[in-house]
Amino acid sequence: MIHLLRWLTLVAFLSAPALADEVTTFNLDNGLQVVVIEDHRAPVVVQMVWYRAGAADEKRGVSGIAHFLEHLMFKGTDTLAPGELSKIVEANGGSDNAFTSWDYTAYFQRIAADRLELVMRMEADRMRNLTLSEDDWRTEREVIIEERNQRTDSDPGAIFGEQRRAAQFLNHPYGTPVIGWRHEMEKLTRQDALDWYRLYYAPNDAVLVVAGDVEPEEVRTLAEKYYGPLAPSPGIKPRERPQEPPQLSERRMTFSDPRVSQPYVTRSYLAPERNHGAQEKAAALTILADILGGNGQTSVLARKLQFDTQQAIYTSASYDGTSLDPMTFNLAVVPAEGVSMAEIEAAMDAVLADFLETGVDADQFERVKTRIRASMIYADDDVNGLARRYGEALTTGLTIEDVQAWPDVLARVTPADVMAAAAEVFDRRHAVTGWMMRADAPEVMQ
Amino acid sequence: MMHKLFVGLVSLWLAWPALANVKIEEITSPGGIKAWLVEEHSIPFTALEIRFRGGTSLDAPGKRGATLLMSALLEEGAGTLDSRGFAEAREALAADISFDAFDDGVSVSARFLTENRPEAAALLELALTDPRFDQDAIDRVRAQVASIIRSDAKDPGEIAGRTFDRLAFGDHPYGSSGNGTIDSIGTLTRDDLVAAKAAAMARDRVYVAAVGDIDPRELGALIDDLLGELPETGAPFPPHVDAALTGGITVVDFASPQSVVSFGQSGIKRDDPDFFAAYLLNQALGGSGFAARLMDEVREKRGLTYGVSTYLAPMDLAETWQGSFASANEKVAEAIEVIRAEWAKAAAEGLTQAELDAAKTYLTGSYPLRFDGNERIANILVGMQSEGLPASYVTDRNAYIEAVTLDDIKRVAARLMKPGDLRFVVVGRPVGLEAEN
Repeated sequence: MIHLLRWLTLVAFLSAPALADEVTTFNLDNGLQVVVIEDHRAPVVVQMVWYRAGAADEKRGVSGIAHFLEHLMFKGTDTLAPGELSKIVEANGGSDNAFTSWDYTAYFQRIAADRLELVMRMEADRMRNLTLSEDDWRTEREVIIEERNQRTDSDPGAIFGEQRRAAQFLNHPYGTPVIGWRHEMEKLTRQDALDWYRLYYAPNDAVLVVAGDVEPEEVRTLAEKYYGPLAPSPGIKPRERPQEPPQLSERRMTFSDPRVSQPYVTRSYLAPERNHGAQEKAAALTILADILGGNGQTSVLARKLQFDTQQAIYTSASYDGTSLDPMTFNLAVVPAEGVSMAEIEAAMDAVLADFLETGVDADQFERVKTRIRASMIYADDDVNGLARRYGEALTTGLTIEDVQAWPDVLARVTPADVMAAAAEVFDRRHAVTGWMMRADAPEVMQ
Repeated sequence: MMHKLFVGLVSLWLAWPALANVKIEEITSPGGIKAWLVEEHSIPFTALEIRFRGGTSLDAPGKRGATLLMSALLEEGAGTLDSRGFAEAREALAADISFDAFDDGVSVSARFLTENRPEAAALLELALTDPRFDQDAIDRVRAQVASIIRSDAKDPGEIAGRTFDRLAFGDHPYGSSGNGTIDSIGTLTRDDLVAAKAAAMARDRVYVAAVGDIDPRELGALIDDLLGELPETGAPFPPHVDAALTGGITVVDFASPQSVVSFGQSGIKRDDPDFFAAYLLNQALGGSGFAARLMDEVREKRGLTYGVSTYLAPMDLAETWQGSFASANEKVAEAIEVIRAEWAKAAAEGLTQAELDAAKTYLTGSYPLRFDGNERIANILVGMQSEGLPASYVTDRNAYIEAVTLDDIKRVAARLMKPGDLRFVVVGRPVGLEAEN
């Protein structure tokens, strides 16, 4: 089988977290939450600092500021010259980077375990002591515009995805791209960045995750030494973003571009997320995505459209419930040569209708459950992935207990739960349907 | 103040801990197949990595794409199981089994739970020894490959890479995509796939590594089951080829706000005594970190790109030194000018002592960090075997890096770097940039 993931980034999300006995957690007095995940197989450690501030927390008009600040965090402090942090990490054989999403911004270093103190000192330093020179921030604004050029404006799939997402969310800031709208990025200033930084970059808005060949007591001592003295931010408020009104009208969009070679149809439905103490619906949706489109040979969409009718060459369903506010459940189908957009969309809807009618195949359901159990074993081989999963959960409204309960919640999902979740989510009034087309053969959407 | 800290850290490096946790056992199965094993019993699964040398470069004349299509079909039905049956069996065992083909090899990657390893291994054995290549599966996967070929034809990064390869290698297999063309894959038959499998997957070119919850006796039996039935010999390897790159700029018109650029010149063989000097030189000049000269000059100082990096590509049959970046159409000419100047400067002067030291500490320090998971270690070990390295390389490698001197760097820069032969392939609508042949 060939994975056609070039245009469609879609991964089933059955992975489960580490066993509780490998994880230690505690809080510092200034509010910093600390998670330690032990894995003593290799003399390596990962330090991650996650801030509960992402693009969906931005004020209107300064889209991209969360991501811009992420870049500027490498521009030095009172004791670190611009770029010095990365150079020191590299000189110690480590690597470092950062990433921004709608719900969080995170920084990490991966380095020999005996260098944890070094990276902790530097990461703690830039949590409160960032400096930004006039030259640095202007040049970096050029860099993020090049990043947008590269990742979005050069890629018709990314452009259309951005447009569809803006239509999916009528009011919630998830409709604004993380990298920002270009016209607003071009006007971002040093002051915008500093305002963002001073409000959110503080121990009481952060989660420290340390994973690898470390002892929890050692991490506690170092965290108290370097992060302990940092002052909390008084301005941190509960994250209450504008929420969606009732979505009453289906949205249908077309896009054609000379750079498109392979047309496809997408459908996204507004879908509930994992919530503290209430992850059952998200678990059912996670399994629903796997059953419908998690595997190119065995899932429902693949069986019906790639094998039986051969109208599609690729199908997928995806859902990731790890977000602060409701997100989406996504479907995609790539038509075979000679199959029109209208035909493939109708075929996809026929599969959904049939699925809602006939329900879950018992054998397939059993196999999914087996894979969930196995994923707990495989997950232990990837301590970086575990660190990331905790950081992501703790910055999207979940707790340690929620993370550790997740495998059990998944295991308790019944076929009836899956069908109930499907019936609730597959409502076209909450959906955006997209037709991505070649420039030379646009088809009129009905 | 920071410089002091920097120097202090560098000296710490002498105390770098050994790789105590990676104990490689070299085993030979009862059937005579060699494998490397790292036993790691703390998690109840095994990562198995098998690689056959040759890969898509072994496509027979007129059969471009056969090896890739063959490898993609190995999981599409075997023995009595059709495509769906095979996938369902794999899911029921919660095993991962996947196949891939690239220029120099066909790879088999698997993860088995200890609790059902015999059943999972039997499934993999079926795929390796008795794949069905059913016509409906061939047609279905061929349509997927065709879709990728069509997408690549409109992807600026792919266009840049393919154009560069064609300029460097012409009619040699390295000069074209292993995916094949719409025409070439359209004519492939089931017999072609059977022949491609016999050509590519033979015991005279196989490398095996396993990491995880398995002992030498169990592994020996397992690889005999998996590989014992394969043919003894496969197809002859194509000849070595020299990259025929000349200096200049090739522009491929593409409507986009940004130009995507592939650039490069000839490279160096993996077993050349100067390889490590070249490796350090590349790290300091074009490594992906922020310490590298090109990243500093093109991104940090001028904001001309989101990222630029270079790499040595010592493949089995040819060597290049390549790089890539993307810049707005209005900026790409300046970025190329900066890179050319840096290339010429490094060729003439080599590196500074500080740059060499930083590259050394990075490369020696980061090496042990790669060994942090069963799957990752299995991959590294099979790669080492296919490069002809001994198991002791894991402990010796950093000494090779440390031994390189500033004089070595200067000599190797003068020997290898050919600013006049640096070829840029620019895909976009560059402003103020003329094609140069």
